[in-house]
Amino acid sequence: MAIQLTDVAATRVQEFLKGRGKGIGLRLGVKTTGCSGMAYVIEFVDEIQDDDSVFESKGVKVVVDAKSLIFIDGTEVDFAKEGLNEGFQFRNPNAKDECGCGESFTV
Amino acid sequence: MALLQISEPGQSTAPHQHRYSAGIDLGTTNSLVASVRSGQAVILADINGEALLPSIVHYGTDRKLVGKAAQEMQLVDPLNSISSVKRLMGRGIEDVKQLGDVMPYIFITDKTSNVPRIQTATGNISAIEVSAEILKTLALQAEQSLGDNLAGVVITVPAYFDDAQRQATRDAAKLANLNVFRLLNEPTAAAVAYGLDQKHDGVIAVYDLGGGTFDISILRMNKGVFEVLATGGDSALGGDDMDHAIGEWILAQANFQSVDARLSRQVLIAARAAKEKLTKQDRVQITIENDEQQWQGRIDRDQFDGLIQPLVKKTLMLCRRVLRDANLSKQDISEVVMVGGSTRVPLVNQMVAEFFQRDLMSELDPDRVVAIGAAIQADVLAGNKPDSEMLLLDVLPLSLGIETMGGLSEKIISRNTPIPVTRAQEFTTYKDGQTSMSIHVVQGERELISDCRSLARFELSGFPPMTAGAARIKVSYQVDADGLMSVRAEEKKSGVAADIVVKPSYGLSDREIEKMLRDSMDYARDDISARMLIEQQVEAKRVIEAIDAALASDGDSLLSKPEFRKIKQARDKLQKEIQTACADKLKKSIRAMEKVSETYVARRMNASVKQALTGKQINQVKI
Repeated sequence: MAIQLTDVAATRVQEFLKGRGKGIGLRLGVKTTGCSGMAYVIEFVDEIQDDDSVFESKGVKVVVDAKSLIFIDGTEVDFAKEGLNEGFQFRNPNAKDECGCGESFTV
Repeated sequence: MALLQISEPGQSTAPHQHRYSAGIDLGTTNSLVASVRSGQAVILADINGEALLPSIVHYGTDRKLVGKAAQEMQLVDPLNSISSVKRLMGRGIEDVKQLGDVMPYIFITDKTSNVPRIQTATGNISAIEVSAEILKTLALQAEQSLGDNLAGVVITVPAYFDDAQRQATRDAAKLANLNVFRLLNEPTAAAVAYGLDQKHDGVIAVYDLGGGTFDISILRMNKGVFEVLATGGDSALGGDDMDHAIGEWILAQANFQSVDARLSRQVLIAARAAKEKLTKQDRVQITIENDEQQWQGRIDRDQFDGLIQPLVKKTLMLCRRVLRDANLSKQDISEVVMVGGSTRVPLVNQMVAEFFQRDLMSELDPDRVVAIGAAIQADVLAGNKPDSEMLLLDVLPLSLGIETMGGLSEKIISRNTPIPVTRAQEFTTYKDGQTSMSIHVVQGERELISDCRSLARFELSGFPPMTAGAARIKVSYQVDADGLMSVRAEEKKSGVAADIVVKPSYGLSDREIEKMLRDSMDYARDDISARMLIEQQVEAKRVIEAIDAALASDGDSLLSKPEFRKIKQARDKLQKEIQTACADKLKKSIRAMEKVSETYVARRMNASVKQALTGKQINQVKI
């Protein structure tokens, strides 16, 4: 399995990395908190750690730490617009239950 | 479905705790709002894609309009459509009298207040209130774009604004219900947008030529702090004067028989269009046409340059004066930043570059650069950057958490967070009438307390008894630059608080830290399922406790025998399952339990409302 970005998401990540002027890729992960168990983490990567897995999707390096990978393996990340608001969305096959906000989930 | 933004490494926030912020350029003619999204400062446009909000508010008899809609009303109802209030901010009645010719409004002065007010159809309005309307509109625009509330804003003000003018700006923000992180000088914001705060120290000139005003500021950057050395300018010099110069040239060429207000307005609009085109083209065609008269002509870049040269020379004279005030020569200036729409004019760029004898910073959109800089600063102040990257001293080796019901660790500050850092989270009580809470501070990545390292325990006691879940206990963890940790717990309703100081990394070798990290990965899946199960067990116990208490107090009176039995059965089943069932099954049983007791809960509510109201008159009831 792996982590995939949609075309739109990959383009936007590349733009953001370019605008930021540094960074080697996109870190995806989870942390245990939130209204329904776990919350998504999405960050720039400046440094790859020993326990990280690195995927390549549409020219973007996607970095996931070993602990998070179990819970988001197979996830597709999209970039969407809702009215004026825009941002990244996770389509995670491991998630059973999402809280209404979509920021946290349970497995 | 939430739309997520990319955070800086280690700066991810808990759900619903995004620290969204915005930078606001509150201008005399136009205002803008910008924010940092996924690491990029962007201007936030309104629903129609318009970035610039005209700083105009229309106060009609039955409605208030802001921006473009108010601008349209200006032609038909000038007295109730208020513009350029920035000139009035923090000004007293005496100052305003001097502006009398410029501002067409009717000013009201009453003896009780020193703030001049403008008479409108809605009432008498102060400049602060007008600014607040503009800020409200921009904040709403930002919140719609970001999908959440703003934690705070940075608002820009001219470098020459005095304390009264700055305070008036703050008051306007307060009225608009905005949290102001700080006010930022406009030239400083422009320098930040170009990243000059991250560069070596030096002296920067900011040349700001807008529509109606010219400002020149000399800043000195010293260890990341900008100091304003001198400012100068002319509050009636700008792009509008260029339009007038071209307009007069057109009138001289066309030699119209009579020029009424409408025609001169038409000429001015044509002049402005010609000016804008001449930034890209060498020559433009101008056509003026109305019912009686028409004229067609051409103007080229050289002619245009000749017309505006005196204006640009005037700005350079002011630059020279400001340098003299700051006791500096042109050679002392290390960077020149160009701000304001009128710096798009090629002659302006050319003459300013010749004057300072250097290349100019003009790659960013000069209309937007101030808002962009403010947004970058707001992002840092909101805590989304590792403290502007300069205060970055160290990171936390392991997460710091707190013990919650059932022996679980809830992480408050996650590992690799740069210190100094402060994070807080709210907790509540578990039982009715609970008056104290034990705070257990732990360190480590594992989900169960037994697998983490205990750092400190202390008690928050003496808050008033409340029903379970009603108390609001805010626990804040603070780690200072030396790695010293302090924990504070406060019950927010009563104000009862307790704190303790601990040193988290004390006694842990690198190898131990490494092992704790390894374990957290090896046991990740076990840990999570254990956590899920414990969470459901805690919930099940809470539900049982609540139903037991309820049944004991009024189960007999509110329930028929069969109803009572049914609830009791569900309760006993749940009780049995706490020890045996898996998380999913337990969750289903909890839901079933809640379903069975739904009507009972409703009856209890009705009964308690009835009890509260019986025998009382309507005016005795407190809501």
